[in-house]
Amino acid sequence: MKIHEYQGKQIFAQHGVPIPKGRVAKDAADAKAIATELGGKVVVKAQIHAGGRGKGGGVKLANSPDEAATVFGQIHGMQLITHQTGPAGQKVKTVLVEEQMPIDRELYLALLIDGASGMPVMMASSAGGMDIEEVAAKTPEAIHRVSIDPVTGFQPHLARELCFALDLKGDEQKQAIKLMSGLYEAFIATDASLAEVNPLVTTKDGRVLALDAKMNFDDNALFRHPDVEALRDKDEEDPSEVEAEEKGINNFIKLDGDIGCLVNGAGLAMATMDSIKFAGGEPANFLDIATANDVNKVIDALLIISRDENVKAILVNIFGGMARVDIIAEGIIGAQKQMTRTIPVVARLAGTNVEEGKRLIEESGLPVIRAEDLGDAATKAVAAAKAA
Amino acid sequence: MPPIATIRLSAEADQSPITNLQEPKMSVLVNANTRVLVQGITGKEGSFQTQRCIEYGTKVVAGVTPGRGGEKTEHGVPVFNTVSQAVKETGADCALIFVPPPFAADAILEAYDAAVPLAVCITEGIPTLDMVKVKRAITGGPTRLIGPNCPGVITAGECRVGIMPGHVFAAGSVGVISRSGTLVYEAVDQLTRRGIGQSTCIGVGGDPIIGTTQREAVELLNNDPDTAAIILIGEIGGNAEQEAAEYIKKNVKKPVISFIAGSTAPAGRRMGHAGAIISGNSGTASAKKQALADAGATVVDAPAEIGATTERVLKERGLL
Repeated sequence: MKIHEYQGKQIFAQHGVPIPKGRVAKDAADAKAIATELGGKVVVKAQIHAGGRGKGGGVKLANSPDEAATVFGQIHGMQLITHQTGPAGQKVKTVLVEEQMPIDRELYLALLIDGASGMPVMMASSAGGMDIEEVAAKTPEAIHRVSIDPVTGFQPHLARELCFALDLKGDEQKQAIKLMSGLYEAFIATDASLAEVNPLVTTKDGRVLALDAKMNFDDNALFRHPDVEALRDKDEEDPSEVEAEEKGINNFIKLDGDIGCLVNGAGLAMATMDSIKFAGGEPANFLDIATANDVNKVIDALLIISRDENVKAILVNIFGGMARVDIIAEGIIGAQKQMTRTIPVVARLAGTNVEEGKRLIEESGLPVIRAEDLGDAATKAVAAAKAA
Repeated sequence: MPPIATIRLSAEADQSPITNLQEPKMSVLVNANTRVLVQGITGKEGSFQTQRCIEYGTKVVAGVTPGRGGEKTEHGVPVFNTVSQAVKETGADCALIFVPPPFAADAILEAYDAAVPLAVCITEGIPTLDMVKVKRAITGGPTRLIGPNCPGVITAGECRVGIMPGHVFAAGSVGVISRSGTLVYEAVDQLTRRGIGQSTCIGVGGDPIIGTTQREAVELLNNDPDTAAIILIGEIGGNAEQEAAEYIKKNVKKPVISFIAGSTAPAGRRMGHAGAIISGNSGTASAKKQALADAGATVVDAPAEIGATTERVLKERGLL
């Protein structure tokens, strides 16, 4: 789960990570009031989840309270397009107004879980304010890493190692160590999957602060963080994905093609999308129905897929292990009865209780196109979509 | 017992001869002698899958559900309150875990504290930070963990410790490693239809932090005299496939056939498995395919071609 910058900064502040003064502005007058409180010069920042806000015109300086009000009007409600939003962009509903900083240096700091070592890793770089993936690709030596043992936690010597690599000395180092420890605390306390500060800045008056905040959270751990879950902004997500989730279907991702997919297992779901591409088609979604041995969930999933007007055929690919084919079959039958338009369904069914599943579909008399294997299923689904 | 198409591959000079399949194999991780205890045996899935394991021929000797000790399950398996008690009473040497996500880390650590040599955790959805602690705790200890978020381990025709549909497996000499459960079934089904049997299939799991990595699984199968060829099924995210490729390049002479799922996945989205987010270039399907091809593996692009490609490679290597 992702949250907005201003929410990330609130979590930072709770754990002792210094951030610039400022707050969310309700309207242009409020933006003006905040700018007045902060001494006139402010940064006005669009709050959307996607990155690249600055380049898209969503982050602007205002050098007086009146200008803050004007800039607020330009940003609030705009359709902000960045390289991460897609061509439609994202509507800006929330705007953060913050004090301008006398920036000296821009650095990069992040915390995430490294699968290879199985430990949290803190990464830092002198190349702040840039696309870190690009830095990693072009100059990997510019990124410094320390692994954090979960038993002992984030130790000062790890922070010192990063500080020396970043050439942070004296009082700046002291502040940076405190900031890094706070970031680790925030990460652990909220079951985050990513805490990124880009840029982390030093100022000309000797301060060290997080100028930006990006936090992602482990979806698997949200059950124990209702306060974090409350920060979710569903307007930032695809409506069909939100609907799927509300129906208990957690692994649905909307894509742009015309062949809907209902598959059990994430790996097989990805392989099914790959197969559709190899057969010359485009998948309309990723969907792992998992081991939902629940007819209604299968029906809901198929109905959500069918409501996507781009969808011209549906490929059901089930290889039942924990998932039972007979339950999937009942779902296919139930959904076809409820669909408001006719969409050809290609079904490849194998695994646990497959005979019962096939019998149910045959007895229903519904026009389900049977496929024997993955390649066959993809070919038939692509043909069905082209014929539709 | 499921129907078993026994297919033997001829052994190469540098590999041990295929053992008599009537005897329990040397095998990897599990065989006909493995004594399994099921944690969460009285739950819906635990109970259903226990039945399937027993039908396959697996020796399920105990179940553990706190507070239900002294009972017997409908399968006739004795239930214990704790893992250590179950081990003491039944000599169980493998724990199969079906405990729900909030309690699964504790279940794994309970198996570790009872020094169970092998723990197979099926549970999907365990918080990553829980697994950070578990991984740190068990590293270097007596317990090998497979999973979590995995289909388990099966030695074809002998022992099923997991949730795979047993009937698609047939005893033979091809070892299979996969992050995804359903892709194991898919690949194995393609093999069995072609008359190519399997030795041991290891579902390592789809989470970012897993007990046994693909590299370690390759090592296990490479050292197994009953395995003549290895199929490695990876997916986008992380760099575990690259680590496996590095090991293959240095150590593996057996043929390796590989498929990477998610070539067509959009970047930055979590494709079901928490580990399957492409971040940076190392997580992409193309980077993984390249690393494996460089290591000498035969890389399959279309998932429907795994079986046919394996057959071709085995014939080329004189193994079929």
